[in-house]
Amino acid sequence: MMTPLIALVRRDLTLFFADQRSVIMSFVAPIIIATFFGYVFGGNGGKTETSRIPVMVVNDDTGDVAKQLIANLSAEKALEVKTVSIDDARTAVKKGKATVAILIPKEFGNKAGAAFFRGENKPEIGMLFDPSRRMEMSMVQGILTGQIMQTVSKEVFGGKTGQVLAKDALADVEKSTGMDPSAKSVLSGLLSSVEKLNALNEKDKADGKPAMSGGLSTPYTLREEAMMSGNGVEYNSYGHSFGGMGIQFILFMGIDVGIGVLLARQRGLWKRLRAAPISRGLLLGARVLSAAMIAMLILIVIFSFARVVFGVKIEGSLLGFIGICVAFSLMTATFGLLIAAIGKTPEAARGLSVLVTLLMVMLGGAWVPSFVFPQWLQKVTVLVPTRWAMDGLDAMTWRGLGFNDAIQPIGVLLLFAAVFGVVAVWQFKWEIDG
Amino acid sequence: MLEVKALKKTYGAITAVDGVSFKVSDGETIGLLGPNGAGKTTTISMLAGLLTPTAGQVLIEGRPVSGDTDPLKRQIGLVPQDLALYDEMSANDNLSLFGALYDLSGAVLRRASDEALELVGLTDRAKDKVVTFSGGMKRRLNLAAALLHDPKILLLDEPTVGVDPQSRNAIFDNLELLKKRGKTLVYTTHYMEEAERLCDRLVIVDHGKVIADDTLDNLYKLLPVTNILAIDLEETAEALNLERLNQLPEVKTVELAGRVLKAGVRNLSEDTPKVLGWLVANGYRYSHVASERANLESVFLNLTGRSLRDA
Repeated sequence: MMTPLIALVRRDLTLFFADQRSVIMSFVAPIIIATFFGYVFGGNGGKTETSRIPVMVVNDDTGDVAKQLIANLSAEKALEVKTVSIDDARTAVKKGKATVAILIPKEFGNKAGAAFFRGENKPEIGMLFDPSRRMEMSMVQGILTGQIMQTVSKEVFGGKTGQVLAKDALADVEKSTGMDPSAKSVLSGLLSSVEKLNALNEKDKADGKPAMSGGLSTPYTLREEAMMSGNGVEYNSYGHSFGGMGIQFILFMGIDVGIGVLLARQRGLWKRLRAAPISRGLLLGARVLSAAMIAMLILIVIFSFARVVFGVKIEGSLLGFIGICVAFSLMTATFGLLIAAIGKTPEAARGLSVLVTLLMVMLGGAWVPSFVFPQWLQKVTVLVPTRWAMDGLDAMTWRGLGFNDAIQPIGVLLLFAAVFGVVAVWQFKWEIDG
Repeated sequence: MLEVKALKKTYGAITAVDGVSFKVSDGETIGLLGPNGAGKTTTISMLAGLLTPTAGQVLIEGRPVSGDTDPLKRQIGLVPQDLALYDEMSANDNLSLFGALYDLSGAVLRRASDEALELVGLTDRAKDKVVTFSGGMKRRLNLAAALLHDPKILLLDEPTVGVDPQSRNAIFDNLELLKKRGKTLVYTTHYMEEAERLCDRLVIVDHGKVIADDTLDNLYKLLPVTNILAIDLEETAEALNLERLNQLPEVKTVELAGRVLKAGVRNLSEDTPKVLGWLVANGYRYSHVASERANLESVFLNLTGRSLRDA
């Protein structure tokens, strides 16, 4: 029994490596694409410089507030700010060269300062935006709001404009007739205090001392901590991308396994194999074994590449990682057999199986992590084997979880392998005529 | 000995093989002859264990072949109609694989491969990939791949399809050699001349049924005419009285095409002198005499009323 088994496995390995297309598709393509995805999604330790949002500013205000606002926006890491004319701004947004154009109107600084205390006659900031980039638009809105509050409040509570504005506002309040006397008294006091504060600030500036007030600012600071496997371990997005692309291209190899069986049938080779005194189990078992070996080899090669070039480590259980790789390899092999069993011709089987594979890869979170999916979709995708493979590989690589967290993915993948295998054997067309 | 008993294969309402029975003695070569779609390949597939018969049995040495792993299958070598070879692998690698399926390994496998390649004249191409072979060479390798485990019975399903005359001759030389070595050959074809050249006995199938099973000579005896005499007449041809000639008991058919008289006879050695004697006695001189033998095409036509190639 061993002689035919070894011969059949050797045949599959020989044919696989004799086909340059297969080798490139299985080893080179996932490495190239995973490298790209890994880089785009943050690289090693999130050090990859992410692209900045292109923002056009059309400034019709000649005052200090608008100038300061533009300077503050330009200092934002997430934005790439350029001051242009209104026509250029429109063209840039229309062509997709800029996400948004901010239109600062004339007298923006003065009007914003005046509206700061009274809440009326607010200046209008226009925003021209690319409708395909609403998420970026929202981000720019948030940044702009924060910067305007900081810039205007700084001016109101410390700048020259602030002194004038406070004085004007105080005069307006005192002239006001319809205001409640007690509120009028409190507001007059507040504005007098602001006026005094601004006078002091001006004196300090003239004396070369630091200003007492910098306006309003965010009343908190953030401390961020990525939950990684240990101290000093940084998130490496190549871990996810290499796992994802490995899964995708191994499944493609699985398709080739199924197509190969159908081609062997079409070319009459299956007749010669079936005429020999060997069991059906051995014939299919050899194909499963060789496919699983190739799948394992692909995983080993691409993760070795990721380790050497991008520093992807198995931060969790090595045994768990190997177990997930073995279970996924077996699942791929039986998936290939299922294609051979259900497919009628190689041509017809290829189209459908590529579609199914791409869906499995997409829903499994191999392209983008499954946590970005809507909640209902996250629940549904537990029915997709690639989701378990992907989550399992993430758990054993950058999440750094232990073997216990690999048991469930391994079990589910083996269950899928068993189901695919049973259905494949059940549906396999053993009879050969013509 | 190979025995086929009332073999039947149906696909729903379609009956591909309908009660086919025949026996093949050790060392005998039989031709399974019939038009395309007659059920030849389905029969061969059942003999090789590729198809489970709906009814009937295949017996080898009196025992039925049961199951995929029955050691009796080792006595069969299948040469499929398709070129069942891996193009991407060398001839040697192909043979090593197919030999290993019969549990051959090591020196035994190497020797078997060498001998098979030598038989089909491909020793010098052993290391070359099959994709570089011509159609004829692939056909020969297809034959070699069935010989590795030294089977007693060779099932050959149209093994010369699509090859040039030179390669066909080479394959026939190989088959004649195997026949001399005592192999039992079951040869399916729809080429009459191949069956005539190689087979001791013919099983003619049509619409899934055996319509004749006999030696070539006996099949010819079923025909009203076994030979056609083609006689080139001299200047007197126009005056020939065909009706009078046709009244001779030895003459079964008669036809005049230009100056060539074609007279059908059943017994060449006895009837020819009588026909020629009648011509001379009646003043008809001739310059050349040839005889054409009736062929299997005529046998099939006689049995079914249809031409084999049009069936």
